[in-house]
Amino acid sequence: MARMNMLQAINHALDTAMEADPRVLCFGEDVGGFGGVFRATSNLQEKYGKARCFNTPLVEQGIVGFANGLAVQGSVPVAEIQFADYIFPAFDQIVNESAKYRYRSGNLFNVGGLTIRAPYGGGISGGHYHSQSPEAYFAHTPGLKIVVPRNAHQAKGLLLGAIRDPNPVIFFEPKRLYRASVGEVPESDYQLPIGEAEVVKEGDDITLVAWGAQMEMVQQAVELADRDNISCEVIDLRTILPWDVEAVANSVLKTGRLVVTHEAPLTGGFGAEIAATIQERCFLYLESPVMRVTGLDTPFPLALEKEYMPDHLKIFEAIRASVEF
Amino acid sequence: MTETPPEEIHTPQFTNGDEFRIPTYRLLQEDGTLCEGAQSPPLDRDKALRIYRAMVFTRVLDERMMAAQRQGRLSFYMQCTGEEAAVIGSAAALEDDDVIMAQYREQGALAYRGFSTDEFMNQLFGNELDYGKGRQMPVHYGSSTLNYVTISSPLATQIPQAVGYAYGQKLAGDGHCTITYFGEGAASEGDFHAALNMAAVHRAPVIFLCRNNGYAISTPTVEQFAADGVAPRAFGYRMHVIRVDGNDILAMHEATAAARRMAVDDHRPVLIEAMTYRLAGHSSSDDPSAYRSRTEEEGWRDKDPITRMRLWLISQGWWSEDEEKRLQESLRKEILDTMKRAEKRGPVPLDSLVSDVYDQVTPGLAEQLEGLKRHIRKYPESYPKTASQVNGGE
Repeated sequence: MARMNMLQAINHALDTAMEADPRVLCFGEDVGGFGGVFRATSNLQEKYGKARCFNTPLVEQGIVGFANGLAVQGSVPVAEIQFADYIFPAFDQIVNESAKYRYRSGNLFNVGGLTIRAPYGGGISGGHYHSQSPEAYFAHTPGLKIVVPRNAHQAKGLLLGAIRDPNPVIFFEPKRLYRASVGEVPESDYQLPIGEAEVVKEGDDITLVAWGAQMEMVQQAVELADRDNISCEVIDLRTILPWDVEAVANSVLKTGRLVVTHEAPLTGGFGAEIAATIQERCFLYLESPVMRVTGLDTPFPLALEKEYMPDHLKIFEAIRASVEF
Repeated sequence: MTETPPEEIHTPQFTNGDEFRIPTYRLLQEDGTLCEGAQSPPLDRDKALRIYRAMVFTRVLDERMMAAQRQGRLSFYMQCTGEEAAVIGSAAALEDDDVIMAQYREQGALAYRGFSTDEFMNQLFGNELDYGKGRQMPVHYGSSTLNYVTISSPLATQIPQAVGYAYGQKLAGDGHCTITYFGEGAASEGDFHAALNMAAVHRAPVIFLCRNNGYAISTPTVEQFAADGVAPRAFGYRMHVIRVDGNDILAMHEATAAARRMAVDDHRPVLIEAMTYRLAGHSSSDDPSAYRSRTEEEGWRDKDPITRMRLWLISQGWWSEDEEKRLQESLRKEILDTMKRAEKRGPVPLDSLVSDVYDQVTPGLAEQLEGLKRHIRKYPESYPKTASQVNGGE
């Protein structure tokens, strides 16, 4: 074990993957000698050479299209999009190509080796274009997997799981926690399962579901709830698509209450999907409506970021409202 | 348009375009004297000084604001340092009613048009007077009165928009054009290629101004394109192109003035590749020592566009070292005083969170805002910026 922050853990995962499999390539804007604007790919070019870790021209649709081609050929591309806010020029390649390659060819061809890494989320005074959480757009696309880690240990294990998953995976990294999340991370090669949620804390009164950076807000809200003797069960969804319905439903069958929280706007957010599914699965067990604590239905602001964010106080209020319903 | 049919050949011959070498247009040498054979441009004293003041203002603003960022007074900043001639020389060749769609490093164009120090500061500090209502990061300026469309961070998105805007100007017959600025890195985006093709096909009065400043964050041009810069791409779209010494204010002005005539009079779009150098980091978050040498930077410092213009102005008898000193001092004072004022201004109103999403606040957004206000009333100490705006108790 070694103490690492999330960036170091991601770098460690990439290093581990490249060392274990010569087909693994890392590329994107500023990813080569510079090691990426956040330094997630530091030293990889030095260690594995310019053919396997390199800068690309500044063109996201090109990066993902190129990665799709590599994946069809049998390589294992790990493409970086510098910020999730800049993934949209590649939307066509991801939604129409990555997601449908296997299906449309009757499994003659696939891009299963593909992983796209992108830092997402707010809390860094990044305004509209360095703060967004675009997971819901991609969650509407069968054929993709979407994974979001909450801390350093999870980041390494889930990223290795994503790289080795035989399906295209978008790996959204909570950049607010890049250096803030520090913990013990095994130096060995390990994978955490894709498609499985984790019950982080057991409780009886209410279920809280989140992923990525929002898990930290949830932990703080749980501490407030504890003082009011509300026992919270906390689930880290980890994989947004395909999501672990059983884990959430089993928890809600026990607690009878659910709060889902994400930074992305309310309308059409992934919380809506969870709420709809849980009311179908658990209707007669629900003690109160499923509640969502999310960003507002506005673009991500700057000066009023604190007001916009679904912080621990807003989550705590939702917990209370649910319990007192 | 009539085309001569292509010549037929009967053995395979490939071409990569290397036979077309694009020269660099230059008028002014580093010492402020004209190049041999160069004509003195028709630039009068008043205009030359307006250009020069905008260049010095931009340099001083950048220095002060970068220092403010390092002091923690400002969250983020981006400098135009080294590229002032490319930006201001081109902007000055336009009419003030021509539209500018910039990338994010073109504060000099705004300064030339007359954006006030207060207006710069209000945006940088995102206060109650910021036209953008505190919604975007520093340097994302915009001014409808100065025909400067608000900056958007995603790269190259403005380039095809400029073509559309220009096409609309052509239809309106108002005799104006649009200029769009971008870096050589952004020129790799699909939007750049789409824009050039559409402009050429639809003959939009648009000027594409590429600031080839050597780096896209850390990525040098040799890793950005295999070709001889961005200029040769114009051939593929049958567009007129010129490469200009971007640190030469006279050449930038003359080239853009000529491009404007082609765009407005003949509806021929033009690509200008300004060869320059980003003397500062990409942004306040960047440290260029990680990817380039001090020697390389020093070499470009010797080609400083402001020094070059100052020497030329002095040789014209239009400027003196004494006037230079007074200008620098008065700008520093004005910028510092204005910054202090802007820092003290109040925050944007809480209601501005939900306005402008649509032309009207929707019922759903109004409800979300009310919920937020109730929440802030309950925890006022946690939202110090806006708590005083929601007084009235629970």
